Amino acid sequence: MNVAVRRSENRIDAGALKHQAAQLRGKVIEMSHAAQAAHLASSLSCADVVTAAYWHVLNIDPHEPKHPLRDRFILSKGHAAAALYAALAMKGFFPIEELDTYCKDGGRLAEHPPANLLPGVEAATGSLGHGLPLGCGMALSGRIKGESFRVFALLSDGENNEGSVWEAAMFAAAQKLENVCVVVDYNKWQATARSNETLMLAPLADKWRAFGWDAREIDGHDVGALAEAMQRVPNGSGKPVALIAHTVKGKGVSFMEDDNNWHYRAPTADEVVKARKELGLA
Amino acid sequence: MRNAFADELTRLGDDDPRVVMLSGDIGNRLFDKFKAKHEPRFFNCGVAEANMMGVAAGMAMNGLRPVAYTITPFITTRCLEQIRTDVCYHEAPVTIVAVGAGLAYSGLGPTHHACEDISFLRSLPNMVVICPGDAFEVRAALRASLKQDHPVYIRLGKKGEPVVHKGPLADFAIGKAITIARGGDVCLLSTGNMLPEAVEAAHQLEQQGISAEVVSFHTVKPLDETCLTDVFARFPLVATIEEHSRIGGFGAAVAEWLVDTRVTPRQFIRFGTPDAFFKQSGEQEFAREALGLSAHQIADKITAALRQG
Repeated sequence: MNVAVRRSENRIDAGALKHQAAQLRGKVIEMSHAAQAAHLASSLSCADVVTAAYWHVLNIDPHEPKHPLRDRFILSKGHAAAALYAALAMKGFFPIEELDTYCKDGGRLAEHPPANLLPGVEAATGSLGHGLPLGCGMALSGRIKGESFRVFALLSDGENNEGSVWEAAMFAAAQKLENVCVVVDYNKWQATARSNETLMLAPLADKWRAFGWDAREIDGHDVGALAEAMQRVPNGSGKPVALIAHTVKGKGVSFMEDDNNWHYRAPTADEVVKARKELGLA
Repeated sequence: MRNAFADELTRLGDDDPRVVMLSGDIGNRLFDKFKAKHEPRFFNCGVAEANMMGVAAGMAMNGLRPVAYTITPFITTRCLEQIRTDVCYHEAPVTIVAVGAGLAYSGLGPTHHACEDISFLRSLPNMVVICPGDAFEVRAALRASLKQDHPVYIRLGKKGEPVVHKGPLADFAIGKAITIARGGDVCLLSTGNMLPEAVEAAHQLEQQGISAEVVSFHTVKPLDETCLTDVFARFPLVATIEEHSRIGGFGAAVAEWLVDTRVTPRQFIRFGTPDAFFKQSGEQEFAREALGLSAHQIADKITAALRQG
């Protein structure tokens, strides 16, 4: 693929994307089991956003991971690293077998995405509230250098607690960064409690709108709709775009859905079998 | 120092299209020339330093050479995690320029004092820490910083400090200390805005028949180990001078070096600020006097130490 050519004409094949999202979830569940790593539910929650991005929206080339005109995807909710690693490996940024080294001693796939180490990882994240400022800097550098790539930042809802998110939101609006798109994985949970009972996010879309963004709510598991909305960036509004994606934490596996214990729990071998069966992958 | 910084930045912006200026809503009119010439590369990032540092890192990761500037505590401790994670971890070539080193803004109170920044910044991997001693060192440090590919922290005084060097420093190099005056009895290693005070202390010592070598140790990280090896071998007394806490600053860095290299100094004195907030109102000169950092106080302590031998 030539990254200089944007893929906006491509037809969205929602069925294929849905199947791809199931594959991604299956892989992430296996990784979590093998590594006994936390944050599985967070990865499942955003699997459809990640699928829409990597299998439809992003103008990227695994053979040229540093191409100056590539779209940037920043996993600002770095704790969902497993979903990012699986997507990058499946897309060919590094060998799929390397996913077996997730969280293992001496590997490149730590629990949070590393800096300057793994092809396709645009930014080291894991500390929340960093992805959007970085993305704004990247977008402005594109403007200065005359490069018209887009920047997507995937934030968790808990991440909206961080003041730096709102500093960046005001900055992006002031700079009219219309090629920046935030997707908020709004699964209504943060690490240890309901999001809106921790810091009041609601009405979240209104908040982003009030901060100068073109904000809309979207079904965060309708991978076709996500692909369409993300592909429309920049959307002609002259404003940065915020997609408040309503999601379910642990989505795709009945016994994980909306159960916040899976923020930290890792599945047993039996649970992996059950989960893959539910995803139609058995 | 800050006018030299703004002027040099404008020149560097003329020569290098990668140079971008980010201000944390300070420097009213200071950057008018830069703005006039390079409007698309000037950003007032507002009173939002965490975002400013992240934006700078994002730009640097994409091939630009951003310079981020505001008052010292706000561009160091306020956004320390962004410096650590966004700038240093990514090895993003951001030049962080802080104004108001040490007690330069004494009158503004401890919210604006900066006696801990060297300590924080030098502990960060990949970070270079430069404390220029006068306006010529500011220009040279900025120029050198923008020509290399690593994060750099430059600690400015304020404005109107005495100039120590006679002209532009053509052979300035990051990590290479500059000998200001030769001497034989004591060596004063000064970093940052204390340089004029060190030069004056040497002058006063000379009147007492004590010959002091003065070194502008502008780079605190990486340390100029060649210079340290030389001066600790040559001098019976070496003193570090800084407007910064004795905890974690330049003197502490030299003390660490002494231990790690198993060099035993004959006498070693660290001039710096105490482990306390300075709560009295008053300007820099008053604060230095109150904390024992004036030239005559430095000279007196050196004289006493040499007498004790």
